[in-house]
Amino acid sequence: MRYAMAIDTLKCVGCSDCVVACQTENNVPIGYCRDWVVEVTEGTYPQLALENRSERCCHCENAACVRCCPTGASHKEEGGIVVVTHEKCIGCAACIQSCPYDARYTHPDGYVDKCTFCLHRVNEGLKPACVSVCPTKCMYFGDLDNPESEISKVLKNRKWKLLIPEAGTDPKLYFLV
Amino acid sequence: MQRREFLKISALLTGGLAISGTIFEELLAMSDEDLKAKFGVYPTYCEICFWQCAGWTHVNKDGVIQKITGNDKDPHCNGRLCPRGTGGIGSYFDKDRLKTPLIRVNERGQQKFREASWEEAFDLIEKKMKDISVKYGPESIALFHHGSGGKYFTNLVKAFGSDNIAKPSFAQCMGPREVAFANTFGTGLSSPEPLDIRDSKCLVLIGSHLGENMHNAQVQEMSDAIDKGATIITVDPRFSTAASKSKHWLPIKPATDIALLLSWINVIINNEWYDKQFVETNCDGFEQLKQHVQAFTPEWAYGITTIKPEVIVKTAKEMHDASPSVIIHPGRHTTWYGDDTQRLRAVAILNAILGNWGQRGGFYIPEKAEVPHFHLPEFPKPKWTWKDTTGGKYNLVDLGLSNAIVDASIPTKDSDKTKQVKGWFVVGTNLINTLPNTKRTLEAIQHLDLLVAVDTMPMEITGWADVVLPECTYLERFDSLRVSQNREANISLRMPAVKPMYNTKPAWWMARELGLRLGLKAYFPFKTQEEELDWELKEIGSSLKEMKKEGVKIVSKPEHELYIPKGSKFEFNTDSGKIQLYSAAIEAEGFSPLPVYTAHPEPEEGFYRLNYGRAPMHTFSRTANNPNLTDLMDENLLWVNPKIAKIWDLKENQLVKLKNQDGVVSTFAIKVRITERIRHDSVYMVHGFGHADARLTQAFGRGVSDTEMITNVMLDPIMGGTGMRGNFVTFVTDVNA
Repeated sequence: MRYAMAIDTLKCVGCSDCVVACQTENNVPIGYCRDWVVEVTEGTYPQLALENRSERCCHCENAACVRCCPTGASHKEEGGIVVVTHEKCIGCAACIQSCPYDARYTHPDGYVDKCTFCLHRVNEGLKPACVSVCPTKCMYFGDLDNPESEISKVLKNRKWKLLIPEAGTDPKLYFLV
Repeated sequence: MQRREFLKISALLTGGLAISGTIFEELLAMSDEDLKAKFGVYPTYCEICFWQCAGWTHVNKDGVIQKITGNDKDPHCNGRLCPRGTGGIGSYFDKDRLKTPLIRVNERGQQKFREASWEEAFDLIEKKMKDISVKYGPESIALFHHGSGGKYFTNLVKAFGSDNIAKPSFAQCMGPREVAFANTFGTGLSSPEPLDIRDSKCLVLIGSHLGENMHNAQVQEMSDAIDKGATIITVDPRFSTAASKSKHWLPIKPATDIALLLSWINVIINNEWYDKQFVETNCDGFEQLKQHVQAFTPEWAYGITTIKPEVIVKTAKEMHDASPSVIIHPGRHTTWYGDDTQRLRAVAILNAILGNWGQRGGFYIPEKAEVPHFHLPEFPKPKWTWKDTTGGKYNLVDLGLSNAIVDASIPTKDSDKTKQVKGWFVVGTNLINTLPNTKRTLEAIQHLDLLVAVDTMPMEITGWADVVLPECTYLERFDSLRVSQNREANISLRMPAVKPMYNTKPAWWMARELGLRLGLKAYFPFKTQEEELDWELKEIGSSLKEMKKEGVKIVSKPEHELYIPKGSKFEFNTDSGKIQLYSAAIEAEGFSPLPVYTAHPEPEEGFYRLNYGRAPMHTFSRTANNPNLTDLMDENLLWVNPKIAKIWDLKENQLVKLKNQDGVVSTFAIKVRITERIRHDSVYMVHGFGHADARLTQAFGRGVSDTEMITNVMLDPIMGGTGMRGNFVTFVTDVNA
């Protein structure tokens, strides 16, 4: 099982609902976030293109953060979901330094925090909070190893890109273009 | 977890000692569903915007609100709230909330208040209302309202004897559209608009920035339409989010939309791209329309709109190819340039000739639940209303105009002394940031004998009030059922998830308490809102108990048809039963029966048209202090084209103040956002920022209030709407000046 997420940039309107839903679902303190929206404009008026992307931890196959964690707090759960065990984390922030996506932050309580793909929800058969709330239904989540999963199908049928593929981390966050 | 264990834990968590034996037995006797409601999720519908999506308030094991999620059965949201709905919890946790009734102790405007009891607050309001009634008549009490609380105060004010009641959502927003559609199709569009976007093959947005305005189901359906390969055509001087999703973006010169619409109608008629059978069967006035638009060729429109003729023809063809599954979106905030009813008439006509009424992918036929209200005595007939102060204008309007009530509050040497507004109730609307020309609003306020503001937050308007009544948030109260049209008739319940924080109360209770004091008990027959809800629900075969479990109930009648058979005759609610392409009613009022283009003033050198709009994470000015939503966006930015920034030597994030054509300088400064997404002749900002009340600690002084800069109000002569897009601003780079 390999969990992954895909975001359809053709549908995303950049509303940031994913950000608020994550905050309220996961008790992320105000002023911090596990996911965020990036807006990129290209061209000059009136020849313009705009891309909105909801970004978060890429739950990399080759996760630099897991390798560099001195205590084993950063680890992989079943399905490749990268998680930080708060109790084991000493807040050294080596993982924050190693992450090419800047996906982690230090929680005011001292540990490092990040997106978990809402593992607690996934374990109950639910989708991550961001995917469930998205008004444009631009987000897909599921198992890449299952060819019948929605995400496998959408990645098969659509063009997609990865963020900073040259980092060699083999990210599991896809952007449909 | 076993139920008994759950109960034990719940009892402990809610303070075991506080739960008496009998309550505990009562809990044990409850059904699982009721328990879920008691210790988990509570139905609500959102109050953060007018879309009113239904959802669930989740309360955690500590009895604290954790999150709000959408109700899967709700057609307004389909289980997915927008960022504001999700962040609605911030309205409850906001530490700046109004906490207790306040009574003004100093002159208006000095914003000095003392905390008061509800008794004291009501005593004062009762006395002043009676004084005004004796001195000027009950008609001199007016009500401005927005949101759920308004209904109860409407009942109070009507029972008191006044019909001077207005919602800024009419004359500052939807009014032109409603009047235009009523005078074309015989019906306004209401809310949510019956647009079958999900099955549309061509969606045309004219200044309507879906995705930045989170009209939830419409944004969802636009996404569905994108998935199905629909063509989106966006007309907007700004490269909006919707424009970026569009096959055709028409970067129109601001204020020229009517010219484009007329030329589209010209092209569609002259190429015989309209729905002949539909027009023949269902429309009146086609020949006059055809003749009328002959002069409005694409070449003519090019010179006005800057949209090339071939683009006008190509996009008209797209509409034709998709018809009848095509929608020219009627928009919502339509008070732009003062000729708005005419513009929306052009929109209505274009839709009509494409034959999309009652068609899949066009306009569907909406259905609304019929929920009876308890029979109240007739309201006393007022001797006059705001309409009698406008000199015989606005006969096509049957809803109140906020601006006309403001005018009626300012005595002039010519004004009729027997028709003066002397008292305002302002419920759930921050008039200071809502009505254009803030100075005039404040002038009117200074003439009042009574101003009562009902709000959850210390919005600017509360600072000008004599009495402030703190309302609890929607998560802490019952409200009337939500009964809105949709594809299927449905109802939705709002119930409290937690007890009201501080000394706050529901508006229902406030209006009733005042009603009892004023001897109007007959108009407030129920002791609690739960009784009233239960009575209404039982009338339609449901109950409060059922709705507490369901939240939303679909009550569609089997005979309701969403679409009408193609080619059939439909009975429209007009004099002839047909769509009025040519409006004799508008003609009878002395206006053009067919839409015409008029040129609007353009900015002088060094000035730029001030355009404004919405951000997906905010609702007007009302969310600007919400901690969850300000975390996403805590100020508005001034969008400036790079060429203009270069001329003015403006840097990204540089603070500037704005000065408008009337010399009004903004109170606060705004950060410059240099972006290609805006034309060189205009600047843009999100509406609702630049709050001036220091009690709003998050929002105070952040960004600029567009409302403050809108002093040139272009009144719509047909319906009295306040056109707000004819204002021009320049930069004041020395922000300390």
